[in-house]
Amino acid sequence: MMLIPCPWCGPRPRVEFSYGGPADRARPADDAPLEDWTRYVYERDNPKGAARELWRHGAGCRQWFVLERDTVTHAVAASHPLPGAEVAP
Amino acid sequence: MSATASPKPARQPERLEHGGLIDRGRALTFRFDGRALTGHPGDTLASALLANGVRLVARSFKYHRPRGIVGDGPEEPSALVAVGAGARHEPNTRATVVDLVDGLEARSQNRWPLLRWDAGALTGLVGAFAPVGFYYKTFMTPARLWPLQEAVLRRLAGMGSSPTAADPDAYAHRGAHCDLLVVGAGPAGLMAAWAAARAGARVILADERAALGGCLLRERVTLDGAPGHAWVAAVLDALRALGDRVTLLPRTTVTGQHDHGFWQAVERVADHDPAPAPDRVRQRLWQIRARQTVLATGAIERPLVFAGNDRPGVMLASAARAYVNQYAVAPGRRAVLFASHDEGYRTALDLHAAGIQVPAVVDPRAGVRGPLPDRVRALGIPVRDGHVIADTQGTARRGLNGVTVNRLVDGGPDMVPVGDWIDADLLAVAGGWSPTLHLHAQAGAKPVWDAERLAFLPDPERGKEWMCGGCAGVLRLDDALADGLAAGQGAAEALGLRPGAAPPLPTVGADDPAMAGSGQPQTALWAVPKPAVANGKRFVDIQDDVTVEDIALAHREGYASVEHLKRYTTLGMGTDQGKTSNVAGLALLAEARGEPIPAVGTTTFRAPYTPVTLGALAGRHVGAHIAPVRRSPMHAAQAEMGAVFQPTGLWLRPRHFPRDGETLAEAVRREVIATRSGVGLCDVSFLGKIDVQGPDAAEFLNRVYINGWKGLAVGKARYGLMLREDGLAMDDGTTARLADDHFAMTTTTANAVAVMTHLEYGLQVLWPELDVRVVSTTDEWAAVALAGPKSRRVLEEATDLDVSNDALPFMGVTEGTVCGLPARLFRISFSGELAYEINVPAGYGDALWRRLVMVGKPFGLTPYGAEALGVMRIEKGHVAGPELDGRTTPHDLGLGRMVSTKKSFIGRRLLERAALTDPERPALVGLVPEDGATVLAGGSQIVAVADRDTPPPVPMIGHVSSGCAGPGVGHPVALGFLKGGLARWEGQTVLVSHPLKGTATPARVVAPHVYDPEGRRQHA
Ligand SMILES: [Zn+2]
Repeated sequence: MMLIPCPWCGPRPRVEFSYGGPADRARPADDAPLEDWTRYVYERDNPKGAARELWRHGAGCRQWFVLERDTVTHAVAASHPLPGAEVAP
Repeated sequence: MSATASPKPARQPERLEHGGLIDRGRALTFRFDGRALTGHPGDTLASALLANGVRLVARSFKYHRPRGIVGDGPEEPSALVAVGAGARHEPNTRATVVDLVDGLEARSQNRWPLLRWDAGALTGLVGAFAPVGFYYKTFMTPARLWPLQEAVLRRLAGMGSSPTAADPDAYAHRGAHCDLLVVGAGPAGLMAAWAAARAGARVILADERAALGGCLLRERVTLDGAPGHAWVAAVLDALRALGDRVTLLPRTTVTGQHDHGFWQAVERVADHDPAPAPDRVRQRLWQIRARQTVLATGAIERPLVFAGNDRPGVMLASAARAYVNQYAVAPGRRAVLFASHDEGYRTALDLHAAGIQVPAVVDPRAGVRGPLPDRVRALGIPVRDGHVIADTQGTARRGLNGVTVNRLVDGGPDMVPVGDWIDADLLAVAGGWSPTLHLHAQAGAKPVWDAERLAFLPDPERGKEWMCGGCAGVLRLDDALADGLAAGQGAAEALGLRPGAAPPLPTVGADDPAMAGSGQPQTALWAVPKPAVANGKRFVDIQDDVTVEDIALAHREGYASVEHLKRYTTLGMGTDQGKTSNVAGLALLAEARGEPIPAVGTTTFRAPYTPVTLGALAGRHVGAHIAPVRRSPMHAAQAEMGAVFQPTGLWLRPRHFPRDGETLAEAVRREVIATRSGVGLCDVSFLGKIDVQGPDAAEFLNRVYINGWKGLAVGKARYGLMLREDGLAMDDGTTARLADDHFAMTTTTANAVAVMTHLEYGLQVLWPELDVRVVSTTDEWAAVALAGPKSRRVLEEATDLDVSNDALPFMGVTEGTVCGLPARLFRISFSGELAYEINVPAGYGDALWRRLVMVGKPFGLTPYGAEALGVMRIEKGHVAGPELDGRTTPHDLGLGRMVSTKKSFIGRRLLERAALTDPERPALVGLVPEDGATVLAGGSQIVAVADRDTPPPVPMIGHVSSGCAGPGVGHPVALGFLKGGLARWEGQTVLVSHPLKGTATPARVVAPHVYDPEGRRQHA
């Protein structure tokens, strides 16, 4: 079971987390073409190797964050708070 | 465990006079197929059966061939038996790993009607199933014969039978962390654990056997001048002396390697206890997070493939040694050894030393010379080099009674047609060693074929484990000990520990066969040629009855990939997962393809290494412990009133409050009428509640709900509907504004968690610039609905607040004291009546319920449950879970007018898709049966025909989502969806069909709000 480093809580077992799709996807503007919206809602890359992913620490701090992970080896390179997230005191 | 001190234990005819690590002072009684037998502590079921001369223990899966004991450990492909009785019956256990205990009940399986007299084998019935792929070929046509064939197949094929009663035993899970996990407590594993623990590492040492020591218990070896098991005992004492830094786990199989140093292991805590005490755990699943891991899992010997190699009496050479040395059992009295490498000759030496006749050693290599063959020759045992076993003979009951030995022509692949006959009741086979790489490979390592050592070795590039000893291909004992020491020290260093004084390496006796080098390399003889006339088949996988010919046939039919071959022939797909057979199977496929073995590759190694019981995986999570139970703060008070509770997700909700003998329908009818005509009280604590605060709170709600929130006045509530980003409805609820920057949101019971997560996603991922905080308050508030025309009068008795229609109008919100308790008061209605929802801090919930019941008594206050609540909302046309089914838009739900065009919100853009704005989409309607009596069940199909006599096909135009008897309106009503909605169908008659119930009911389409459509009552 993967050990995921939550930026707020430290390394925790994968069962405490849930996956939330690729990171860095911008939500289209309201008046963006429907194609952009369809792509945003339905289409996902399935990268083999290095990936930036969104994960949520549901059984801990409930924060979404970015996890840099290799989808083949499951090696974790780093994790980051989302932009705009408050820095822990 | 109790030992029966039998004064005169039944003779164990094949028990050797001396030796073995068994307690001869105690006799244990057990039964096999009803026969009473005895053994000793230290025996396995297999060794005890052999001691009693029981050689036939099973019938094979496909051909019902008589089968015996092949190995002495977890790799056993053949001796699968059922142990235990009743609910503790466990099929397909390997007799070689079942510890013998007093009172053990074991039975052979896969036989019909008797092990010795089996219908399948005698009639040749299964002969028809012989060719590989018989599942796919034989039963495709004619299809009408299948039921008959299936009945016969089920009887003859299959592996044992499952118990039908619930498992009476308890299982547990345990999490553990350690610096170093050492898997395997043989010579290498013991040295590794010792070295690392001495350096200060917290070590877990796990081994699947009952006794730690690995091959040192099975082999005749001398370490520091003493028998191997004495050195093992000394090392274990040294490890125990290090205190709780070291955890020793015998009877614990590490079954899987998972990500990031996570390992799963099963400890058989009380499997060796026929009836563990109720408070005793039978098996424990360990979930171990290890910083470093040493794999010292050893190697498994491979058999050789020749005609008749499946007869009882054909045994792995290493197993024959183990039965003699560790268990003091003669697996035969006249033994031929068939070995393709020097190390196998140890078996001839050990058997001879135990007084077992060895008439010959047969070796396919020509001109064999070397320390071990020479020692065998020196004992006067003939070595038939350049020869093979071409065939065997025997009887079903006693198994092997002789072998045919043929000479290879010029050491090549052909043999002379006629061979010699040798009487033998044991044929020990040594086909080389396969390092046990399963755990290594499970995490993605790719074992590498070594053409010289004829074995897969660890992947040097992938895999972070320290591999040492047999599993690393290091087979000589002194090398394995040193390898283990190095691995333990390396692991300690990787942990950042100072190595300190290394534990002493023992000196291996110079004369030990374990020290003898190899005179010449092993030969790659994957299958002995089949003689023109042979008694037996050449089995590659004896558990699945896969032969050399099956592999050749599969290849001819195009199954050239190893993964396809496996699935087509079932090679390696038994409970043993091909531990003894996969390499030969691969090699034969490679030969057929004319390619080297690495080009063929291996099949994927997956956890678990050996079978794991479902009980161990479930642990304590059985029965009521599968999930936690959530109870409302008012649960006890409701139970006292006779509430019948119903699980709703994790919640237990009152379904109804029956009075003396009422049925569900009668109680619901009474509760609805009492509420609609007087006053009712219902627990709504189950609804999700989320507190939303912050300067941007109204803007945030604007973005998650389809309707607007900025204009909502403080002290007012509003119904809201939220969508998923794909434009479909997600959840609904009433949200109240308590202050400019403070809202109290409610969600449906089912979606409370999902909505919370949805809001957090919005705030953290989509709009971090919004200054809003959300927190779930579902468990902080107890809530009731007080509903009915008399609800205001009850409330006036319970509070000093002004609850008149002017002071607290429909959708008004206020705070104050109710029943002496601090409360939030919402004038909202799900039932369609004049109604209030009262929230108090959860700790006051019980008091609120009891006090309202008391205050309401003079007004006939009637508690009602979820069922009556559901009925009233259907009568009123309010949507709920069955309508918010993940496929409906606001327009479908009749809520299209709520969709704001002035703002942006989640789901807005994709709601504009053509498919979601199609006027032909099914939309919400009300339905009333024409007969005024038949309840229209949810899930019914709606078709546009007048009666059920219309011949099919009839076009489906919609479905019923919720239906009820409608006690509040005097006739059944239902909600449903019809293509084109009310605009197309209002006033028309459709047919509501429920094919499962065989009903078809004409129903009239009406507006969904059947009860009080003008809403006068809730505004009263
Ligand atoms: Zn966290």
